[in-house]
Amino acid sequence: MVPVLNSGDTAWMLISTALVILMTIPGVALFYGGLIRRENVLNTMFLSFVSFAVVSIIWFVYGYQLTFGTDIWGFIGTISNPLFGGIVESNSLSTYAPTIPTGLYAVFQMTFAAITVALISGAVVERMKFSAWLAFIPIWITLVYMPIAHWMWGGGWLEQMGALDFAGGTVVHVNCGMAALALVLILGTRKNARLLPHHLGYSIIGTGLLWFGWFGFNAGSALGATNLAVSAMIVTNLAACVGMLTWILIDKLKTGKPTMLGALSGAIAGLAAITPAAGYVNVTAAIIIGFAASICAYLAVSALKPRLGYDDSLDVFGIHGVCGIVGTLAVGFFATPLINSAIKGGLIAGHPMQIAIQLLAIVVIGAYSFIMTYIIGKAIEKTIGLRVEDKEEVHGLDITLHEESGYRLS
Amino acid sequence: MKRILAIIRPDKLEVVKQALEDIGCHGLTIKDVRGRGRQLGITESYRGHDYKVDLLSKTEIEIVTSEEDIDKIIETILKTAQTGDIGDGKIFISPVEEVVRIRTGERGEKAI
Repeated sequence: MVPVLNSGDTAWMLISTALVILMTIPGVALFYGGLIRRENVLNTMFLSFVSFAVVSIIWFVYGYQLTFGTDIWGFIGTISNPLFGGIVESNSLSTYAPTIPTGLYAVFQMTFAAITVALISGAVVERMKFSAWLAFIPIWITLVYMPIAHWMWGGGWLEQMGALDFAGGTVVHVNCGMAALALVLILGTRKNARLLPHHLGYSIIGTGLLWFGWFGFNAGSALGATNLAVSAMIVTNLAACVGMLTWILIDKLKTGKPTMLGALSGAIAGLAAITPAAGYVNVTAAIIIGFAASICAYLAVSALKPRLGYDDSLDVFGIHGVCGIVGTLAVGFFATPLINSAIKGGLIAGHPMQIAIQLLAIVVIGAYSFIMTYIIGKAIEKTIGLRVEDKEEVHGLDITLHEESGYRLS
Repeated sequence: MKRILAIIRPDKLEVVKQALEDIGCHGLTIKDVRGRGRQLGITESYRGHDYKVDLLSKTEIEIVTSEEDIDKIIETILKTAQTGDIGDGKIFISPVEEVVRIRTGERGEKAI
């Protein structure tokens, strides 16, 4: 059958792309910006915005093809068209999604790369040098994100083994979670490491934009305006809702009062966890996944982090890392060809081997991300330095790094 | 001439301001302040961690007035700002050495 451009698919994928862009700018920026202290609001949001800009450019200079180009030994792709030369001009359709143009698949994938970097920024806020972040972005995206995305989505070895990640449970969430952990171990704890959000209103808006955009993230990963996209949208929303209510319940049981921040965190926990599973599981599974993810994330941020003492400021590992792991494992249990005929399914479909394959993907991607990020972080630390000076940290990064203030009230 | 510094609950500001206007006291300066008295503060909870917050928001009203009007003003503030619960605030009175009206350069009580 000759692939032909489908305008319905293309329209939906264009919208999905825009939705995921909205998640980074300003979704993540606002979500993070509300959680830190007032003196660092601009710098915090800046990290997300500048990540998006740098990744976008790199992606179309060489990034897309290094990730999704012709496979070399299952490890990485081939750059046949630097600066994306000739691809849009040729009107070619994507080999990964034959009813939409190659360029559209590329720009859709770009948004995933960008948000993965932006998410990491939440761990390093309030103490990282801006120049160090600028150096980190291109090095990390090339040495960590691109190989991992290739292994899982670009025809690489994990995909060949049958590992399943519908929209980025490993490629985005486990990846950024482990990278965040590596960076904070080098960076060290903030002088004032208390989580006292200065403007939860921003975080509320940010979460709304993330939730909304996630439909592009998950349902868009169906790569078409199809029933699979519908299924993904339904389970994505359900996982978010169950995640939210679960966290509210735990808050009430543990601290006596349901909190808004808890509700937001629970929703994001559910969303992160359903991400690898969105196109493989049904409603019942989505409810279970949202519930389990919220509990695991709650424990990670309230018990694990203080016990181990690392300052993952905005819980990138605690929520994205942990929920990416939960969701990716859940695929091994709940994936079913009844939802997605392209797969064998997991335990409930009589294919329990999938659990082991998922576990392998988590371990490999998690370890690779952690080790490589640690090396990159150390390299930047030894050359241009990673952390700001003490007095810059105390005065606030907006004034000291950017000579700007987020709240000039007159 | 005296300065009256009244630290009151923020939600009492409108009713105190109106009552002061009703007795003829128009000039005042309002500041948003934070502080604590002898109470233990409140607890805020973020992602499972509790934090004790003992600096609570209050409103400070500053009035400079002549000796004769002090008692009336204090009585008015007491009547309107009082709830009977902890956190109602305090009034401080101190002497003022000189007052100058910038527009005209007048000094003394007539500049109030």
